[in-house]
Amino acid sequence: MIGRRWYTPWLFLAPSLVLLGVFMWWPVLNTSVLAFTDTHTLRGGGFVGLDNFRTLLQDSFFWNALGNSALFTVLVTPALMVLPLLLAILVSAKLKGMTFFRVVFFSPVVASMVVAALIWGWLLRSDGLLNFVLERLHLINEPVRWLSDPSLVMISVALVTTWKGLGYYMVIYIAGLQNIPEDLYEAAAIDGAGPLRRFWSITVPLIRPTMLLVGTLVTLNAIKVFTEAFVLTGGGPNRASETLVLYIYQRGFSGLELGYSSAMSLVLFLVVLGLTLLSQAATRRRANP
Amino acid sequence: MSASTFDPSTDTGPSTAGDRTEANRHARRRRSFGVIGRYLLLLFVLLISVGPFLWQISTSLKGPGENIFAFPPDFIPREPTFDNYVTVMQSLPLGTYLANSSYVALVVVVGNCLFGAMAGYALARMRFRGRDSLFAMMIATLVIPFEVIMISVFLVARDLNLINTLTGAALPIAVTVLSIFIMRQGFVSLHPELEEAARVDGTNEWQLFWNVALPSARGSLAVVAIFSFMTAWDDFLWPLIILRDPSQFTLTVGLVFLDGQFSADQRLIAAGTIIAIVPVLLLFIALQRQFFRGVGQAAVKG
Repeated sequence: MIGRRWYTPWLFLAPSLVLLGVFMWWPVLNTSVLAFTDTHTLRGGGFVGLDNFRTLLQDSFFWNALGNSALFTVLVTPALMVLPLLLAILVSAKLKGMTFFRVVFFSPVVASMVVAALIWGWLLRSDGLLNFVLERLHLINEPVRWLSDPSLVMISVALVTTWKGLGYYMVIYIAGLQNIPEDLYEAAAIDGAGPLRRFWSITVPLIRPTMLLVGTLVTLNAIKVFTEAFVLTGGGPNRASETLVLYIYQRGFSGLELGYSSAMSLVLFLVVLGLTLLSQAATRRRANP
Repeated sequence: MSASTFDPSTDTGPSTAGDRTEANRHARRRRSFGVIGRYLLLLFVLLISVGPFLWQISTSLKGPGENIFAFPPDFIPREPTFDNYVTVMQSLPLGTYLANSSYVALVVVVGNCLFGAMAGYALARMRFRGRDSLFAMMIATLVIPFEVIMISVFLVARDLNLINTLTGAALPIAVTVLSIFIMRQGFVSLHPELEEAARVDGTNEWQLFWNVALPSARGSLAVVAIFSFMTAWDDFLWPLIILRDPSQFTLTVGLVFLDGQFSADQRLIAAGTIIAIVPVLLLFIALQRQFFRGVGQAAVKG
């Protein structure tokens, strides 16, 4: 190319490389080193080999947090793979007012997670509106302790995430549905296939790649859940909603144990990596059966 | 809402008088039930989506003499008042939080658009040694979530004296690999001869980028802008870590702080959340088409 020196591309890249280098690549390397030290915010630290990981195996709070994050992921993933698809089908009908409904269903997405959690914290109180509505509908007889019952609290956190995420994944599904040729449905209708049959035989198989994509996105976001739990319950009651990132945050920034929390971060990374590889394997298997 | 408003025959095309057999009427009636059913379902979901917001608004408008725990609850405030909004703006620097969040969002949006476009342009339209391995390295680090490296990012911020500064809250997301990736895709799809004509006229590489390539990649730029805005506005964990002084809080951190301060009075928290939602909701309503396209594109590419 004319009039260009060898360093021209690097000048274009420089700002990004500096920012990514300082705030991503260096921290990635540093995390892998810190994980093998007993670094403390105030007094520094030294190399301790695998000690952090040995401690971690014995740390019941760590296993509790990992379990909570896993439970949350298991609750949220199917909900956010299926419900947004049904919504997308609902608003893809050629009827009046669909744009309005799409915009309204998307509105929880633009509210920040903190706002969503504060709104739901008010609704989910034992004496809150949700219990009142459910009692009126005779679905429950006595108030449900959404946020103070240890066996329910992760479900409540997952509920908020699902509510906020519905519209986001709906939009992805709408794009996926638009790629399904209209005449497939028409042909099936002529052959006498009812709506349910058309859904199972046409929509489901053809939307599966999109479902896989949504499943991957939801899972990878869910495993690092923090904000919902932090705002709704702060991890309580009695650590029943303390997620892995919440626990890393506590030990790292309240406990100031940077080495130990880096070791836990490394475990989180391995989990994320495992899930990523799993989803890639699933995508590849779909591509060449 | 009545069935006649949504005449089902409109989406089946014109029908001649000859079709109007008994079976046809039957099918039509069934379809119109389907249409009503759809609208009922839509209204049900509408209630779930909007209900929590409406309840929050209702709570925020209730006067101090009103029992907000009344059973059965009052959906419409008995003594509606804006006092809660005034109180929350006066007793808390909610205006400061709004300004702080706007500053962070501005830095993040400009950073991602400008730096992301520059890097994406170099990766897409220039040939140089190490380009492909650099790009591969960027994509590889796309899988590393911020949560994994937050401890070390905190140490970097401490060494750079960025603790408790809004710039520190913005810099780690001031350019993301996702933005570079989206911009690169936008430039790759441009016509290969786009720059040739301009280059003959002796324009330099920066002018080519700024005057020729960038205007053609406006669509990708809009996606990056919206996405980085949402990321910055929504960000909570990192500002929570780095911001210490209430005068530096962004809206998300400030609201949680507010929740701790006023846990006795839900009316004020409700007013605070409504104030926090309104600007971003207005932005969304104004740019809904770009929002929807952005979600579609970023999902497919991320």
